[in-house]
Amino acid sequence: MAKITLSKLKHSYLPDPVSPDDWALKELNLEWQDGGAYALLGPSGCGKTTLLNIISGLLKPSHGKVLFGTDDVTDLPPEKRHIAQVFQFPVVYDTMTVFDNLAFPLRNRGVAESKVRPRVEQIAGMTDLTDMLNTRASGLTADGKQKISLGRGLVREDVNAILFDEPLTVIDPHLKFQLRSKLKELHHRVPKTMIYVTHDQTEALTFADTVVVMNMGEVVQTGTPEELFENPQHTFVGHFIGSPGMNVIPCSVENGHVVVDGVIFRTQNDVPQGNPKGTFEIGIRPEFLKIADIGVPATVNSVADAGRFRIAEVTCLGHSLKLLVPEDQEIPADGVVLDFDPNWTRLYRNGWLTGGKD
Amino acid sequence: MNKTLNQKAWFFVIPVLVLVAFNAIVPLMTVVNYSVQETFGNNQFFWSGLTWFQEILRSERFHASLQRQLIFTGSILAIEVPLGVMIALAMPRKGFWVSVCLVLMAMPLLIPWNVVGAMWNIFALPNIGLMGKMLNDWGFDYNYTRQVGDAWFTLILMDVWHWTSLVVLLAYAGLVSIPDAYYQAAKIDGASRWAVFRYIQLPKMKRVLTIAILLRFMDSFNIYTEPVVLTGGGPGNSTTLLSIDLVKIALGQFDLGPAAAMSLIYFLIILLLSWIFYTVMTRNEDQ
Amino acid sequence: MTLELRQVGKAIGPEVHIYPTDLLLEPGQFNILLGTTLSGKTTLMTLMAGLEKPTSGQIWFNGRDVTGEAVQKRNVSMVYQQFINYPNFDVYENIASPLRVARLPEDEIRKRVTHISELLRISQMLDRRPDELSGGQQQRCAMARALVKDSDLILLDEPLANLDFKLREELREELPRLFAERDCVVVYATTEPTEALLLGGATATLHEGRITDFGPTERVYREPVDLNTARVFSEPPMNLATVEISNGVCRLTETLSWPAPAILSDGKYTLGLRPHHVSPVQVQADWVPVESTIKVAELAGSESIIHFESYGNQWVSLVHGVHPFETGAAAVLYADMAHAFYFSPDGKLSAAPTVGYGRTKEGN
Repeated sequence: MAKITLSKLKHSYLPDPVSPDDWALKELNLEWQDGGAYALLGPSGCGKTTLLNIISGLLKPSHGKVLFGTDDVTDLPPEKRHIAQVFQFPVVYDTMTVFDNLAFPLRNRGVAESKVRPRVEQIAGMTDLTDMLNTRASGLTADGKQKISLGRGLVREDVNAILFDEPLTVIDPHLKFQLRSKLKELHHRVPKTMIYVTHDQTEALTFADTVVVMNMGEVVQTGTPEELFENPQHTFVGHFIGSPGMNVIPCSVENGHVVVDGVIFRTQNDVPQGNPKGTFEIGIRPEFLKIADIGVPATVNSVADAGRFRIAEVTCLGHSLKLLVPEDQEIPADGVVLDFDPNWTRLYRNGWLTGGKD
Repeated sequence: MNKTLNQKAWFFVIPVLVLVAFNAIVPLMTVVNYSVQETFGNNQFFWSGLTWFQEILRSERFHASLQRQLIFTGSILAIEVPLGVMIALAMPRKGFWVSVCLVLMAMPLLIPWNVVGAMWNIFALPNIGLMGKMLNDWGFDYNYTRQVGDAWFTLILMDVWHWTSLVVLLAYAGLVSIPDAYYQAAKIDGASRWAVFRYIQLPKMKRVLTIAILLRFMDSFNIYTEPVVLTGGGPGNSTTLLSIDLVKIALGQFDLGPAAAMSLIYFLIILLLSWIFYTVMTRNEDQ
Repeated sequence: MTLELRQVGKAIGPEVHIYPTDLLLEPGQFNILLGTTLSGKTTLMTLMAGLEKPTSGQIWFNGRDVTGEAVQKRNVSMVYQQFINYPNFDVYENIASPLRVARLPEDEIRKRVTHISELLRISQMLDRRPDELSGGQQQRCAMARALVKDSDLILLDEPLANLDFKLREELREELPRLFAERDCVVVYATTEPTEALLLGGATATLHEGRITDFGPTERVYREPVDLNTARVFSEPPMNLATVEISNGVCRLTETLSWPAPAILSDGKYTLGLRPHHVSPVQVQADWVPVESTIKVAELAGSESIIHFESYGNQWVSLVHGVHPFETGAAAVLYADMAHAFYFSPDGKLSAAPTVGYGRTKEGN
């Protein structure tokens, strides 16, 4: 087991990349601690699968290095990297029993049969496969097969990291919830580095301690789920994380004040002095936008009931905003007054949080 | 119960039924008819019961040609199936060369059977044929028209050349349908090349290989044109396969009764062996 | 325009896929079929469309018996979970295809395709082919094709299931608007309770081939007729426990009790409590403390999902904020029993929560 370091990593599928768009993965530097739970989160085509394949060794990056601990593994093939991977579509060896499937990685490495059995039984216990050890793997349901894939990764003691490539895609929705918490629980019991790739924020945020948000081949923000939710560094993160995503309102900065349609807003982060250039926006999450006695008036367009809360869509200063209203709070139909809490209202310049990366 | 039945579907089946009736059922019934009768010419027929069947089943001649047939089919299956799978494994999966390989592979399949026989007939002639002449120049005493071993060698080589492509194409289709994730998982699990073949490629090819083996079995058991053109069943009767023998009896000697009985036995043997093949090969499918 | 199922059932051999069902669907709203995979949603839809014939009962459309009538003769559109488009046609031709079948004049086709593609925001890509589109755009194209002809019945079978999370959110918001002004019956199948709630309309919950409840979505959610309905309509799964009521007191164990709803008589009940009414923080004094062992805590930034075991029951708590717990730790969680459901032993709803409706009277 080892720390994973990605240093000046860059990748293009084209032989001679010229424009920035030619890069499937723009330069990135990441350091992942041993035993952590990480997620790569982003929309389709953001480069997350490319990055995963570089880590597993299925793809060689055009530039940069991959280090496991202090070893440079950039040129090593997957089988020499001591990693395991769970794919989007379950991969099991159809002709083998569940036991043989789990034993396969050990037997391939010449582990003595006397050591194989106890280890396989131990892993089967963790993944709830004990009852099925002697059945043929081809007969299992999708979630059972994914457990086998996972088990094949866990069974080896020398594994540096377990990679998950959207592993819940083909799982029935009502079983997703169970398997998701099972993964989390396994990570607590077997503290191996786990890297989880997904477009689904719920899966990423519930599984990982650190989430890497990617967009268009670039890492936009790395942080704990809490940081990503409370302090998005870019409007993309604000939008992509959270459901519904962060409200983003175009604004201008005049004499050091944030102004929307003549109304001055206070923000949590620093406002540039004077009349700076750039596209400015303020962002506030629907969770933090409150109905209050004093504030900015708005009209209610629609209310959708999500059970434990309602999502109100309002028009405020000519912009459409969303806010979450708790189950037992009234929403006056004739109009509301919104409180933009300065602690949760942030200013963005050209998409990025001012005061941070510009 | 409120059941509505739509009878229109039957109209779509009728053309097929008519066609099958004309090209299969009617001729087959004629054969059945001949097989239980005796004739002395003048279109006069007499009931003879199962006499012809008993005669054929006891005949040394039939046993000999059946044995030759089994050896031939066994040999070509033993060569073509592993060879076809090996070629399919060696073929590229992506890029320009895929289509080149596929076209090359399909070529022998496009050549008419009698042409294949004629080609090999000339190709293997010991005095002027390219292969025959070269073998003799290298010091082999090769003459497929006189020596039994050489005749068999040429016959099997010809069939392998002609039909291995079919196995290749089917096996290749099975191979390309395996998702990349399987190979990636196997790499990560540290599987050897052999393990990848044994636990991923072979199980995933099983279905198409079953079809390939069945097709090759039935085709080779029925083979007529190519050996007739190549060796004419000789030297002697050494390459007289079942179908050649059947034609000799039916058209050479005009023994319609025994020929018909032999046809039916022949047909039943193919049916039985195909069924056994199929059952054995798909036995584990449902588990 | 209405679609009515009268005792419609479907069995294949001895296996019953749909038990005899009565259902009356109205136009002008979403009719949602909510149920897990294999609960019979798709079978029910194919029966409604006429793609398959029911083995019993009749289907009436607009006062006419259409049982067994070929789907081609009925004016039906269907959108599937997979993005199904003609691969060799561009988006324009894909959308126009049902109109071409109907032999509409060219200028009418152009008018309609333009209108619907603007509504679905794909007017910029009419000359592209499906494989050049993203998943979301492909599904918009498939939906446009279903909407472009004036179908009497539109069936949507988990149309958003294969889309990215954010695209799903976006399209889900647009959907009700697309159907608002149409005079047709819309049926929408989904596995996700939240999706059903956000789409509104009416919901039929399916459980193992039976419709357990049907009515306005909010009513089905807040007053499910039985335990199966409540379980289908809860995400994460509803927390359940067997409780006993005597003399107005409800007991989970000897020591754990709280006042029972006044309308309930003495006896055994199944308690149902949605996960967001269990919290690691005691906000109100009447919340009942439950001693538990933490199995795993999923911390999702804005909220935490805490899986725990308590008195032999596997429960889940879903709360705002970040509440870390060690796996295996002992903890006390607080259950807001005022929001609890009580089901009688035969599974029927005996009492629904008396508080927390929180709806504006003018609502929605």
